[in-house]
Amino acid sequence: MNSEIASMIGKRLVIAVITLLIVSFAVFFATSMLPGDTATILLGQAATPDAVAGLRHAMHLDEPAVLRFLRWIAGLVTGDLGTSYANNMPISKLISARFVNTMELAGITALISIPFALTLGITSAVMRGTLYDRIVTVLTIGVISVPEFMVASTAVLIFAVYLKWLPAISFVNEVHSLYDLLRMYAMPVVTLTFVVSAQIIRMTRAAVIETLSTPYVEMALLKGASRSRIVLRHALPNALGPIVNALALSLSYLIGGVIIIETIFNYPGIAKLMVDAVATRDLPLIQTCAVIFCAGYLILITIADIIAIISNPRLR
Amino acid sequence: MMQSAPSTSAAPGIFGYTFSLVGILAFAVILFWAVVALFAPQIAPYPIGKIVDMDYFGPMSSKLWLGSDYLGRDMLSRIIFGARYTLGIALAGVLIASSSGVILGMAAAVVGGWFDTALSRFMDAMISIPSKLFGLVVVAAVGSSLPSLILTLAFIYTPGSYRFARALAVNVNTMDFITVARIRGENTLYLAISEILPNIIRPVLADFGIRFVFIVLLLSGLSFLGLGVQPPLADWGALVHENIQGLSFGSAAVIAPSIAIASLTISVNLLIDNLPRKIRDRSA
Amino acid sequence: MSKLVEIKNLHVEATTDAGRRIEIIKGVNIDIAKGEIVALIGESGSGKTTIALTLMGYTRPGCRIAGGALLVDGKDMAGLSERERAKVRGTEVAYVPQSAAAAFNPSQTIMDQVIEVTRIHGLMTPDKARERAIELFKALSLPSPETIGERYPHQVSGGQLQRLAAAMALIGGPKLVIFDEPTTALDVTTQIDVLKAFKSVMKAGGIAGVYVSHDLAVVAQIADRIVVLKGGEVQEEGTTEAILSTPSHPYTQELLSAFEPKETQFAGKRTDKARPLLEIENVIAGYGPIQADGLPFMKAVNSVSLSVEKGRNLGIIGESGCGKSTLARCIAGILPASAGNIIFDGKELDHDARRRSREALREMQIVFQYADTALNPAKPIEDILGRPLSFYHGLKGKARDARVDELLDMVRLPKALRYRHPSELSGGQKQRINFARALAANPKLIICDEITSALDTVVAAAIIELLKELQRELDLSYIFISHDLSVVEAICDEIMVMYRGEKVEHLTREDVKSPTHPYSKLLFSSVPKLDPTWLDTLVLEPELVRQYGGA
Repeated sequence: MNSEIASMIGKRLVIAVITLLIVSFAVFFATSMLPGDTATILLGQAATPDAVAGLRHAMHLDEPAVLRFLRWIAGLVTGDLGTSYANNMPISKLISARFVNTMELAGITALISIPFALTLGITSAVMRGTLYDRIVTVLTIGVISVPEFMVASTAVLIFAVYLKWLPAISFVNEVHSLYDLLRMYAMPVVTLTFVVSAQIIRMTRAAVIETLSTPYVEMALLKGASRSRIVLRHALPNALGPIVNALALSLSYLIGGVIIIETIFNYPGIAKLMVDAVATRDLPLIQTCAVIFCAGYLILITIADIIAIISNPRLR
Repeated sequence: MMQSAPSTSAAPGIFGYTFSLVGILAFAVILFWAVVALFAPQIAPYPIGKIVDMDYFGPMSSKLWLGSDYLGRDMLSRIIFGARYTLGIALAGVLIASSSGVILGMAAAVVGGWFDTALSRFMDAMISIPSKLFGLVVVAAVGSSLPSLILTLAFIYTPGSYRFARALAVNVNTMDFITVARIRGENTLYLAISEILPNIIRPVLADFGIRFVFIVLLLSGLSFLGLGVQPPLADWGALVHENIQGLSFGSAAVIAPSIAIASLTISVNLLIDNLPRKIRDRSA
Repeated sequence: MSKLVEIKNLHVEATTDAGRRIEIIKGVNIDIAKGEIVALIGESGSGKTTIALTLMGYTRPGCRIAGGALLVDGKDMAGLSERERAKVRGTEVAYVPQSAAAAFNPSQTIMDQVIEVTRIHGLMTPDKARERAIELFKALSLPSPETIGERYPHQVSGGQLQRLAAAMALIGGPKLVIFDEPTTALDVTTQIDVLKAFKSVMKAGGIAGVYVSHDLAVVAQIADRIVVLKGGEVQEEGTTEAILSTPSHPYTQELLSAFEPKETQFAGKRTDKARPLLEIENVIAGYGPIQADGLPFMKAVNSVSLSVEKGRNLGIIGESGCGKSTLARCIAGILPASAGNIIFDGKELDHDARRRSREALREMQIVFQYADTALNPAKPIEDILGRPLSFYHGLKGKARDARVDELLDMVRLPKALRYRHPSELSGGQKQRINFARALAANPKLIICDEITSALDTVVAAAIIELLKELQRELDLSYIFISHDLSVVEAICDEIMVMYRGEKVEHLTREDVKSPTHPYSKLLFSSVPKLDPTWLDTLVLEPELVRQYGGA
């Protein structure tokens, strides 16, 4: 049976790599559809045809698209992320510090929201139909139904405008103490936690409710098992696969959330960098950021799938 | 888990259906915004571009119900016109996304084989691009004119619609009545339209609603980043974007468009959860 | 005799989709003495499982006990708190579910689940519990009793799981065990072993039981008393002998008469000169990748030949997985055969239905087991019946409407049903529509794949009668596939026995009582009889059971 698990995991990894290739391909070609010639745009309308041709050649824009794609992919794999159009800096240099910032923001958010949301999701499923469950459900639907910027601006209104506890904007270079650090991260993390938790709660609740309605849970009840035993020994071990999957999918909302949150709080992360790059049409930078985000998401999903495979008792 | 009390606050049945109060209220809100969007020029008290207040971020008053924006324009009128863009773009986007998703999904289920495998693999890859990121990339590439925005949104949400419709169609396709129709000699088109579609249309319509919410949220998000609907036009997300400086003094110019978005998306979600239900125990 | 259980004037309510409450159990009174096994018998929806579950103070979600008393050993289960009920469950009253496969937690070993009751109620040390479990495994004649507990539920067969579920129920030393259709999902040869095991441990321990079932013959083997239920009310109650020999209530009589083989005229002896309507020669079909020899990896049907004559019926019988349904799909061209010939009405047919002519498709129709999935739920009956009429015969408008009415009449259904949707029909009505759709094509041969298996006994018997009548009127031939010998016997002129993809024996009506192949012998002798002494006097050759037995 163990070779079966290994082959299933292997298959999953191959699928992940293929998917990433398709995605990079899509990202590359989407950005290559840019109307107008990149070299002309960069040099401006007044540029001489010779200069444009020279730049096109230097940027390999005169080569077929497939060749450029392969060159780009090879660069990504070897760590050469290319050069930004906007300020001619190597992209790896632009990204590295900001990448760490984003990972910090995402990491802290995940650390807070996962235990918080799992608890709420599981308890509301177990207490299904009670007032507590209904309040949790209504709040989650509320948060899921509104745009992230609304959650963020509500947080700003409450904590910064009315209560004046926290600054509305993050400034990384003004950190002098732990207190400053807390104040800086508080607002983005609180907002992101709300957005991500709502997703986790909703999906966890659904997964647990499904296992709670299985015949083996009814059987445990008819053996005289207590509610906590039913949940801990019978429902949760079997809901593990779906819950991990829900977590991975929900963390993808982190990515969407991060884009909005970094912008609204002016947080110097990779998502803010990408939004700025879109505004200036800095294509190499957009491509690289997009692939980083997609790769991160795929890694999460693949890990979740592998955990689901390992935790499936039928494969033991 | 045990004897859970019935939670339905059901109104009496009409034509064999029960309607819940929440569902009726949600429908009323959606209808309200639809009417506002359709008759915006007749309803709006001021032209959208006209500066009517000497002050910017003016407070709510009897003349300007929702105050004024960062240039001193009437916020109420701008929200009324914004409804046109938010509802119109999202509706066009979801129509394209859902119809192409359903057509492709049913085709994949009925035809099967390599066509299904290749299409599904591609769509799965597209789904694994987070929607906001996808939006940023495509907007960077093709810009944010209204038609390209609609197509971008449709393109981003087609894979999800495809996956949903295909899963449903594959389920129906394994039913014996499909086998019966197949060995009667029916062709693929008949199988898809006459045997499968009627059985998946209800969940597909619910999915249509959910996808509409997704598109409204993504459109608002892009506009909020300044990458969606461009000035001088403004949807609700763009209204928040242009007035964001008003946030620090709690101006209605930031809050009102946000509430407009929330009222629409929450209503659609609630309507889907509280659709009229057919009474199945008439004979009992 | 002292009473262990007294159910007094029990009322149970269910809440419908519309939020309305309806009564599903309407004032039921049942007593059970210590050590007595009482069967609750009735068709689906009669409330038999609901009543049995209330003895544990439990109702399925959406239902609640609305009135009455449920005394189990002096305690009123209806009045206890949830905590007090939990104490009784597993120790005094235990439950054996219908599908043990679903009732075992897939992520725990069998032993952990069997001894869980002793853990929950602190009855004995885990080591002691394990010993006791192994004793029970032995008593229930499970194979390798010492080690079977270390496995996971998906690693043992259905018949074994059902017995393991009984061990799980018995470990707490209950006074009352509730069996909820525990053998319904099993093949007959497996059912025998399980029934025998149940009966011996129950008698040895002097344990009282409630045995819920729809099968009168199974119940006759194990129950002391029988309670007949219909529509949430007790119809008749009495000792097993009395119910079987002198039933007084009309419904009970109807149930019993469904077992009586009806005397009907069968077609005359085979006339040699008649050309067969259908001939199958050495057909091979299956699933999985095609091997080098052009045959599939998993052969579900292995070199089977058969023939069906005009106006005569062929029965194909065998247990689950024997390939009988695959053979049916193969004849109909749904699953193209990998080798062999299919000759229908003198013409060789393509293996794939997609390449058969419309006329060939029309003349051979197939009717599936589950009318629920065979009828498109989104269409009214008139469309379901009308489509083959316009597709094959080009009927339109009034002519089509008239023919739909005729078809409904043929299957003895009122014309008004044409405007309804399948979900608004009963199980028997749906199966009649399913059959009428095949008739709409004016076929020569109808393949019936387990068409009565999902129906209640009385309803199924009526369908068989209908099929016979239609055969006389319309000059049809049937291929009748079933796992139920009595059904096949009731309608077929010839019977073919299948085992593991192969045809092991071909019998005519005359020699059905004396099969020669060992598997046919085992299969035929495993079908429960209404005689209460049947199980106890049944002697199966151990050699046969070891070779072909299901468990």
